[in-house]
Amino acid sequence: MIAGGAVFPHRHLTGIDGLQPHEIAFLLDEAEQWVEANRTHARGTAPLAGLTQINAFFENSTRTLLSFEIAGKRLGADVVNMHAAQSSVKKGETLIDTAQTLNAMRADVLVIRHMSSGAVKLIADKVDCAVLNAGDGRHEHPTQALLDALTIRRRRGAIAGQRVVICGDLLHSRVARSNILSLTALAAEVRVCAPSTLMPPAIERMGVTPFTDFDAALEGADVVMMLRLQSERMEGALVPSPREYRLRYGLTPERLARAVPGALVMHPGPMNRGVEIDSVVADGAQSAITEQVAMGVAVRMACLDVLTRRARGVEGWA
Amino acid sequence: MTLAIVNARLVGADSVEPGTLLVQDSMIAAVGRIDVPGDAMVIDAGGKLLAPAIVDLGVFAVDREACRRGGVVRVGLMPDQSPVLDDPGMVQRAALVGKPDLWIHPLAAATQGLAGRDLAEIAFCQQAGAMAVATGRGWIADAAVMARVLAYAHDLDLAVVTHAEDGGLTAGAVATAGETATRLGLPAAPAVAEALAVARDLMLAEETGARLHIRQVTTAAALDLIRAAKRRGVAVTCGITPAHLLLADIAMSDFRTFAHLSPPLRGEADRRACLAAVADGTIDVIGSGHDPQGPEAKRLPFADSAPGMAGAETLLPLALTLVRDGHIELPRLFTLLAANPAKVLGIDAGRLAAGASADLLLFDQHAPWQVEGERFASAGNTPFDGLPVQGRPLRVWKGGRELLA
Repeated sequence: MIAGGAVFPHRHLTGIDGLQPHEIAFLLDEAEQWVEANRTHARGTAPLAGLTQINAFFENSTRTLLSFEIAGKRLGADVVNMHAAQSSVKKGETLIDTAQTLNAMRADVLVIRHMSSGAVKLIADKVDCAVLNAGDGRHEHPTQALLDALTIRRRRGAIAGQRVVICGDLLHSRVARSNILSLTALAAEVRVCAPSTLMPPAIERMGVTPFTDFDAALEGADVVMMLRLQSERMEGALVPSPREYRLRYGLTPERLARAVPGALVMHPGPMNRGVEIDSVVADGAQSAITEQVAMGVAVRMACLDVLTRRARGVEGWA
Repeated sequence: MTLAIVNARLVGADSVEPGTLLVQDSMIAAVGRIDVPGDAMVIDAGGKLLAPAIVDLGVFAVDREACRRGGVVRVGLMPDQSPVLDDPGMVQRAALVGKPDLWIHPLAAATQGLAGRDLAEIAFCQQAGAMAVATGRGWIADAAVMARVLAYAHDLDLAVVTHAEDGGLTAGAVATAGETATRLGLPAAPAVAEALAVARDLMLAEETGARLHIRQVTTAAALDLIRAAKRRGVAVTCGITPAHLLLADIAMSDFRTFAHLSPPLRGEADRRACLAAVADGTIDVIGSGHDPQGPEAKRLPFADSAPGMAGAETLLPLALTLVRDGHIELPRLFTLLAANPAKVLGIDAGRLAAGASADLLLFDQHAPWQVEGERFASAGNTPFDGLPVQGRPLRVWKGGRELLA
């Protein structure tokens, strides 16, 4: 049994890349306690009391920001939101300066979202406190992958051996990259599906099987994970139209029938109902979409807790 | 006065021979096994290598100190200056600013403001000292404009130096499509963007008879097109920088912005094809692509950072790895570093021969040192930071006059 800080030696969570399978599993195990705690109204513990958590979002977000804010508050942290996307901070030109400013304010944990791949790591290298990646460009969105993994583990009993289909705009998706990394690390069989215009080159080198035919990809799937198609990408440059996208990649009840009975349906939200997913599927019995949101809070609580243990001097972590 | 460099190993066009080199009135007067005149000032080379000083075709900044340290005495300056070198006054000023230590041969902008639309005043720029025209960092998207640039430059016997990447495919891209770019989530363009641009420009060069120099060719597909065009007799030459010979796209891992180059680093198979093309003569020129960028341009997220590397100070040792690894011999290396770039510019330099400008580089082929970007003359943006290398200039002469630190 590995004890304390040795089980998770990382200062930051900038991505799933670089995490060992047992470290991913550790974060999922830690999240389980918060799933239960969040269901009760007895939210007595406040391990992060007195700590300052800054959510610096250089790109607009509603759900993820809210999820991190709730997670921090449930743990007792003082949570401050910095809406950098609406402030004078533009692109990366003052990114290092912003990081140093936040650092000088003695934040205990920084949660960062940025539109450029690699931006969060750049900040993490420059600050003393723990940094949590809430999404950087097309690169990674590790807490989304963790909440998806937790959802799958709870609903399907395990992750290893599950056939997971990830379908949608893989090219621009940080959710897809983080999920591919975590699910392959946890020994799931991952299939990715997209039109060739939205398929990242050499994606098979990440240990997944690419499909352009959604029907074929769905055969025997245990989990179907749909990705959001940004509306600006449906207008002809990459996909001819929303309705043609639905024709080839929309998750309809008929299509879902190709997966195993009771296969799990997932979506990171927000959904384009009637485009990548039909309402009857999104709201159906197989959908885990609202559960994903609940798992999101628990996973983010676990990450905030674990990443601040060293600073808090938790026994075995100091 | 006559200068005699004795006891040198002379790097000639075909061989390395021990001998003496005489300089008179800034020119090489004689070279080989010759007698030293009684009144000559004698310098003992101590058996070290004496080669033509480097002619660095396609630098983006005037960086005298970096050039001196690197053994570079002439540069072909890219027109991407501020303001752009599309005006005779700007060209003339650029041509004078480095003398006497560094001779700057400006490459005039092919189009006004490098916008790719209207022809610049190329003939006026030539009168002002431009030795070639260039498309700058970018590609001219409009084939009709490119055809006119080539035809017009051909009238004036100026080579056209191009950047070969199809602008449509590379719009917004900062990396070559492949596993590394996919893992990092970086906007990427397929490597074939280069061959597409090369194919068009080769056909237009063939059609117009113009001299085309493709500044950096970095992919197997484009090199195949150039190899075939040379066989057909097309007046094409091409170049590369050490970075594309020694690094593949995996060097971008961890979002290292010092490895953000233009064109971007390629896959390993393309890198190997470039080495083969240096060996078989397809590639004519090795340059530094010297493009110093400060932290304000590099300490940014990868996609927001500026491309380019500081290369003048590491050009010689990095190029010498080609000799040490057996890809080419020393005489061929200096054909790539000096004689061929001089030829593209139409200047009589870059070779150890009577009548050529006495631009000389005495160097130690084996001297070991470590690349330290922090100690570079200007910015230290090199993807080779920390690399142990071998080979260092000992003394440098421009027009027979020694350059001192």
